[in-house]
Amino acid sequence: MVTGIFIAVGVIFLGRLFQLQVLDPTYKEYATNNVLRKVVQYPARGLVYDRNGELLVYNQAAYDLLVTPREVVRFDTLTLCSLVDITIEEFRQKFQEARAYSSYKPSVIVKQISPEKYAVLQEHLYKLKGFYIQPRTLRQYPKPLAAHVLGYVGEVTRDITANDPYYQSGDYIGISGIEKTYEKELRGKKGVKYFLVDVHNRMQGSYLDGRADSAAQIGKNLVLTIDARLQEYAEQLMKNKKGSIVAIDPATGEVLAMVSTPNYDPNLLVGRQRGNNYAALAADSLKPLFNRSLMAQYPPGSTFKMANALVALQEGVITPYTEYYCAHGYHVGNFTVGCHHEQSFRVENSISQSCNAYYCYIFRAILENPKYGGVKQGYEAWREYMLRLGFGRVLNTDFANELKGLIPSSDYYQKYVYRNARWRALPIISLSIGQGEIGITPLQMANHTALIANRGYYYIPHVVKEIEGQPIDVRFKTPVSSGIDSSWFRPVINGMEKVMQPGGTGAMSWVPGISVCGKTGTAQNPHGSDHSVFMAFAPKDNPRIALSVYVENGIWGSTYAAPIASLVIEKYLNDTISASRQWLEKSMMQANLLNPIQILRRGEEE
Amino acid sequence: MARRNNIWASIDWLTVVVYLILVFLGWINIYAAVYNEEHQSIFDISQRYGKQLIWIGAALLLGFFILLIDTNFYVFFSWFFYGLVILLLVLVLVAGTEVNGSRSWFLIGGFQFQPSEFAKFATALALSKKMSSFNFRLSRKQSLLQVLAIILAPVVLIMFQPDTGSAIVFLSFVLVLYREGLSGVVLFFGALIVLLFLLSLLVPNYILLMVLFVGALVAHYVLNLRIRPVFRGLLIAAGVVSTLYAANRLLDAGFSNEVVVLAGTLACAVGFTVWIARLRIRRSYIVSLLFFASVLFTYSVDFVFQNVLEKHHQSRINELLGIQSDPLGAGYNVNQSKIAIGSGGFFGKGFLNGTQTKFNFVPEQSTDFIFCTVGEEWGFVGAGVVMALFVYLFIRLIMLAERQRSVFSRVYGYSVSIILFFHFVVNVGMTIGLMPVIGIPLPFFSYGGSSLWAFTILLFVFLRLDASRLDKLV
Ligand SMILES: [Zn+2]
Repeated sequence: MVTGIFIAVGVIFLGRLFQLQVLDPTYKEYATNNVLRKVVQYPARGLVYDRNGELLVYNQAAYDLLVTPREVVRFDTLTLCSLVDITIEEFRQKFQEARAYSSYKPSVIVKQISPEKYAVLQEHLYKLKGFYIQPRTLRQYPKPLAAHVLGYVGEVTRDITANDPYYQSGDYIGISGIEKTYEKELRGKKGVKYFLVDVHNRMQGSYLDGRADSAAQIGKNLVLTIDARLQEYAEQLMKNKKGSIVAIDPATGEVLAMVSTPNYDPNLLVGRQRGNNYAALAADSLKPLFNRSLMAQYPPGSTFKMANALVALQEGVITPYTEYYCAHGYHVGNFTVGCHHEQSFRVENSISQSCNAYYCYIFRAILENPKYGGVKQGYEAWREYMLRLGFGRVLNTDFANELKGLIPSSDYYQKYVYRNARWRALPIISLSIGQGEIGITPLQMANHTALIANRGYYYIPHVVKEIEGQPIDVRFKTPVSSGIDSSWFRPVINGMEKVMQPGGTGAMSWVPGISVCGKTGTAQNPHGSDHSVFMAFAPKDNPRIALSVYVENGIWGSTYAAPIASLVIEKYLNDTISASRQWLEKSMMQANLLNPIQILRRGEEE
Repeated sequence: MARRNNIWASIDWLTVVVYLILVFLGWINIYAAVYNEEHQSIFDISQRYGKQLIWIGAALLLGFFILLIDTNFYVFFSWFFYGLVILLLVLVLVAGTEVNGSRSWFLIGGFQFQPSEFAKFATALALSKKMSSFNFRLSRKQSLLQVLAIILAPVVLIMFQPDTGSAIVFLSFVLVLYREGLSGVVLFFGALIVLLFLLSLLVPNYILLMVLFVGALVAHYVLNLRIRPVFRGLLIAAGVVSTLYAANRLLDAGFSNEVVVLAGTLACAVGFTVWIARLRIRRSYIVSLLFFASVLFTYSVDFVFQNVLEKHHQSRINELLGIQSDPLGAGYNVNQSKIAIGSGGFFGKGFLNGTQTKFNFVPEQSTDFIFCTVGEEWGFVGAGVVMALFVYLFIRLIMLAERQRSVFSRVYGYSVSIILFFHFVVNVGMTIGLMPVIGIPLPFFSYGGSSLWAFTILLFVFLRLDASRLDKLV
């Protein structure tokens, strides 16, 4: 019997061993987790240059102080706190948190210590058992430029770490701007070193002699299409105004400048004060974090007229010689769209004189085009053109958070305007002059201007010119056609040229020696004074710059947007502002539209 | 002199070889467990493996001398050894060095000595002496009490240290008594009481209650060989308990599950007893009686534990039983031990490649958890071989014991085999998570001079007895 017990126990134990060692794989995984400690090597983020090689973003070393609570021996808390500039209470709290997380594993206790403070801290570190330094890099900006384009980086959220295995808690990630869209290129690749550790988490040497390790790869440097000098100049012009400037090289789709004001110094969103600064910016009623160039959607006003003229010409409902008479507006029965002319217009001077009546006629002609057999179908055909002209859809740029604007679908009007009634042109006739349910972003308008400058096509706007050792996306190298024959652009562009000439609405912003083609506009603003809008490109032949300028509450296109646009063009093409226009430059730079009294007075003068 | 020459020829060399293999394997596994780069030599006596080599050398010398001494010496001095050990066990309580809260060691000039290790040997001798005495009959109450006194004296003294692990080993002598004619009933009741005592502290009472109830029904079946009432009883009990459970939930009466199960099971048991009484199934009375006695015992243990004992006594007992004793959370030691063994796989990671033991994830890896190193570095194959060697040794010792002509030698042989077996079961069972964490060494493997010498003495005295089994009747 006793022998039987021995054998039975032996068999039971053997079975148990078989289960543990052969059948169940979990113990092998646990064993790996036990002894392998991953030490992440953080690469420096890629640098960012402007198109002329001027450095826009670089890195500065910063140091995180880590603590492994278990290894800590008695030390001088007061000295440590003063060295790293935190209060004893903060330190105690952080230390408690670290201990609550794990007493064996390191936790960050003070983030982003400056190199100066680190230099001093380093000398004391040998006395601080259990404390370690982990080098990190922080973004730095030589000039407070192009904050919205560059964007910022921040710590990953739990959402991100849960969905992307690359990121670990405490990692940095691009949150907006190119930092977000080019995160993969800029971040480089984290390296990993594996160490064997004992039960006290002490390093016991490298794992597999380092064969499983991977070196950190530095992030790729980016060259932007932005011209830093132009950007800086444009930002100066927009000082103390709300609004946006987007300037594009029409020949390539490269964004030369993108301004959204009010803006902020990108250096504010770096370092230990980042949290406080971010909260202050986010709470600011002027919304400095909001990138108007991509996210503000304005009704385009008269800057929309070229689009309608081009569609009418393409559809053949008018010719360049078709004339309509403006009788102080457009009248159908009791219905009136006001204007201030008493004369006939062809396409060309309808643009330079910005006649509303003319566009009511041609828009109606487009919608009632017999070939579509109904206003609804005519509207749908028109909308299709608008999308091809770059409105009402995202352009698929490399900007983060690009919005698509609004060109309503026919369903929208069916639902909210016509309901069960027959489609007629009159209820939506205000679309002809860029009013009503249209929303266009400054970027879309600048792109549209580039399309006109190119006589019918555009390159998708983009802000990155080169990625170190890697071509930019092929979509930025492929022209996108608008579906409008290039010949129809001649009368339209001639009209835009006349806008800037004596008698035109933008004459005040005429630039000597440069044939600027532009168009003024006023964007309706239900919340206050209307917005001043201008779109332009130059020179007329072989255009090198196309831009849109929005100045909120600036009312007329000719008062702020046109002069500012003309100055940007002159600066870009001539590098200097001619003597005769320096008063204009000064007056624009000094104009403060954030001051309500000045806005009011301006409004009265008009 | 002629007889002495015969000794070497009649020694069971097979056992000696298995012993030598086990000791050697133990030594290299201690080397692997505490290996460090700075002291690579296995002979480095500043390290445990170097020291163990010294202990092994001394043990072999000890074994050699034991074989030289005449068997009569052990028989004659049985009581002397026993008395000496009892004296040492008393002394260690007074003059011992306190380590981890227990006084189990004498520390003499950097040399550690643990009398409880030798108590097993002395008790085995005394037991053999007593049971081989002329008018000894286990069936006699007086004899039984004498035997129990011999076993329990060291147990009580060791419990005072306290060192429950070593004390529990003495339980294994019960198996020896069984071989020598102890009634199965005594064994059964003894086992039942110990089991109930342990389980009432380890397992929630209501689960124990259900187990007891099922046990009673099974016992009823065994006694009457009628399966139907057993099924009926199970069904009724399940029905009553679940009805009570549902009623408690629906009426929101707020009784705990424990109360529900207790009430349901007891009601059924009472009903069952009444039914048995009416049918006059005599043989089942005892089952019912046993059931109620067990329930009473369980709850009284619990009551005493919760209400009579003070807090520090409670935690003491919990610690002894391995409840809530892990400093790093429940089951840390056992878990790390299973990880180490489990990660070894079929063929193991190879000599000195065991990361779990080498980097100290396994606690006590050169003493109580030495088997982890075997499992991790030598895999299922190596662990299986070691287990086979042990089991073979135990069986071999039983065979040797059975061929003895003297009661003294047989009792002693059984004691040796069963003591070694008990250590093996508890120690290996602990490392693979089948036994509670009770810190006793794995014979011949675990690091430590005291235990190695004690096991060597234990074994070699028996080999000496066996070698001269044909000489004369003792
Ligand atoms: Zn007009």
